Amino acid sequence: MAEEELIVEGLTGVDISLRIAGPGTRSYAFVTDWLLRTLLALGLLLTGAVLRLILALGAHRAPGNAVMIAAGILAIATYLLYHPVVEVAMRGRTPGLRKAGARIVTLEGATPGTGALLIRNLFRLIDSLPVCYMVGLTCCMFTKQRVRFGDMVAGTVLVVDEPDPVRSLGRLSAQMQRTALSLEALRLIHDLLDRWPSLEDTRRTQLARALLAKIDPGFEPRRGETASGPALRARLERLLAGPRR
Amino acid sequence: MPAPDVNAATWIRARAPQWQALATEAATAPQRTRATVDEALSTLRTYRVMAQHLASARELLPGSFLVAALENACATLHAAINRAPRLTGGRWLALFRDDIPAAAASVRVLALWIAALLVASTFAGWWLISTYPELISLIASPRMIDGVERGHLWTYQVLDIAPPAMLSAQIFSNNVVVTLGAFCTGLLFGLGAFYMIALNGLMLGGLLAFTHQHGLALGLVKFTLAHGPVELSVMCLAAAAGTALGEAVIRPVVPSRVESLRRRAAELGPLLLGCALLLLGSGLIEGFLSPRVTVSILVRLGVGLGYWTLMLLWLSGRLIPRAPASLI
Repeated sequence: MAEEELIVEGLTGVDISLRIAGPGTRSYAFVTDWLLRTLLALGLLLTGAVLRLILALGAHRAPGNAVMIAAGILAIATYLLYHPVVEVAMRGRTPGLRKAGARIVTLEGATPGTGALLIRNLFRLIDSLPVCYMVGLTCCMFTKQRVRFGDMVAGTVLVVDEPDPVRSLGRLSAQMQRTALSLEALRLIHDLLDRWPSLEDTRRTQLARALLAKIDPGFEPRRGETASGPALRARLERLLAGPRR
Repeated sequence: MPAPDVNAATWIRARAPQWQALATEAATAPQRTRATVDEALSTLRTYRVMAQHLASARELLPGSFLVAALENACATLHAAINRAPRLTGGRWLALFRDDIPAAAASVRVLALWIAALLVASTFAGWWLISTYPELISLIASPRMIDGVERGHLWTYQVLDIAPPAMLSAQIFSNNVVVTLGAFCTGLLFGLGAFYMIALNGLMLGGLLAFTHQHGLALGLVKFTLAHGPVELSVMCLAAAAGTALGEAVIRPVVPSRVESLRRRAAELGPLLLGCALLLLGSGLIEGFLSPRVTVSILVRLGVGLGYWTLMLLWLSGRLIPRAPASLI
């Protein structure tokens, strides 16, 4: 059975739990990165072709060919070396992983070193067999920590990277200083405002009214019956912001 | 005694101002490429305080989103503090001077066995094609067969098709894929590495036999003389490293097979970097020197033996001298 969390022993003895990313997140990140590296490689080829054309117009055929060859080599190198280079440069992240909300960590929760990242990428040769990363995906589905062979050998795990974790602590503490609301009330308001665009108008106004009746002493349910969705939302946001000084 | 929720509320209000400062520190620490001693100590202090708060928050408000926020901030700092240092000049030197030769030394015996397997399979390939010449179609393309039957080696035609730089890059990437493949497939209890070496040996022997039948074997040997010794040695080294990986799975040195595999891979990783660099040199020789008919056999022999000796010196740790030990 796959584990949901990677429990890491903290430096002070307080354990930290990291949510393990599943095959879906992994695939999404890979496809995003694949599109990006394909576009980069095609861009390089296109640049080479344009330069060649310009040189040909100037009757410099030989340098034009050399430019095209160089562009070809660069494009292939970009396509093949994208993952190892970007992962090392971005310390266990790639644009795809960032988009999917994941990052690579060691089994100790640390940022992986260059060696581990290179070994992880080397084993793509096995994980990508026979087609479409079937070995890697199968391995990912049946291992405890949802890892592919490369991760297993390198001692790395793909974990969920919470969006802006430190800023959310900052935001939370700022709101707590300003407002008299309880932590639970703050969470409920945040949840509702986060889901606001995806909820139907009648449903979200109903939820907002119920929530305001419970947590806002100045809210009169009878008058609130006639309040519109945007007005209710503004009231919730005012509660989060706290009283004006 | 106050109710727990009152306790929690008081606790939160007392610490909220501190969290904002801690959050700012936690946001900047991972971005730093270099840190002064004061900055590093400040990060450690932040981590310690945050871990304390996390432990208290887990007691007072288990499962709350404050715990999640503190946990995330702690995880970010934990990753930043435990980050491996960047590769500096000294680390690169140690890699080339110590790590790569040490990794090569750890697979020396295996590499000799793999070389024996390569020689044996080359003989087998020679025998196979000498006895059943029609089987050449299994290892050579129709164009290659046609060319040899008309008295031309394919090796000297490649220069007409592609420029040397392109050819070098192509040869280098092919060789790297074969070498890395030999290493990675060693994971399958070493069988993948054996298969790749045996297959390459069979092909080499078969092609030698086939060209010998048409009086072109000397030409093929002449072509491979400059780049072949290092290329084949590197292939044997990578396969030996792959076999060592397989051995780590079969006979783990620690209680867990995965952990044993992980340790061996970390030890052997630098060797692959060395192999890739050696192959880069081979690719350049194969692209620029080997296809030129004007280069004499003696020059080829000199280049081949010279490069091979250089490789042996490097991998035995004699090429880059160690600095004299400090008296302190």
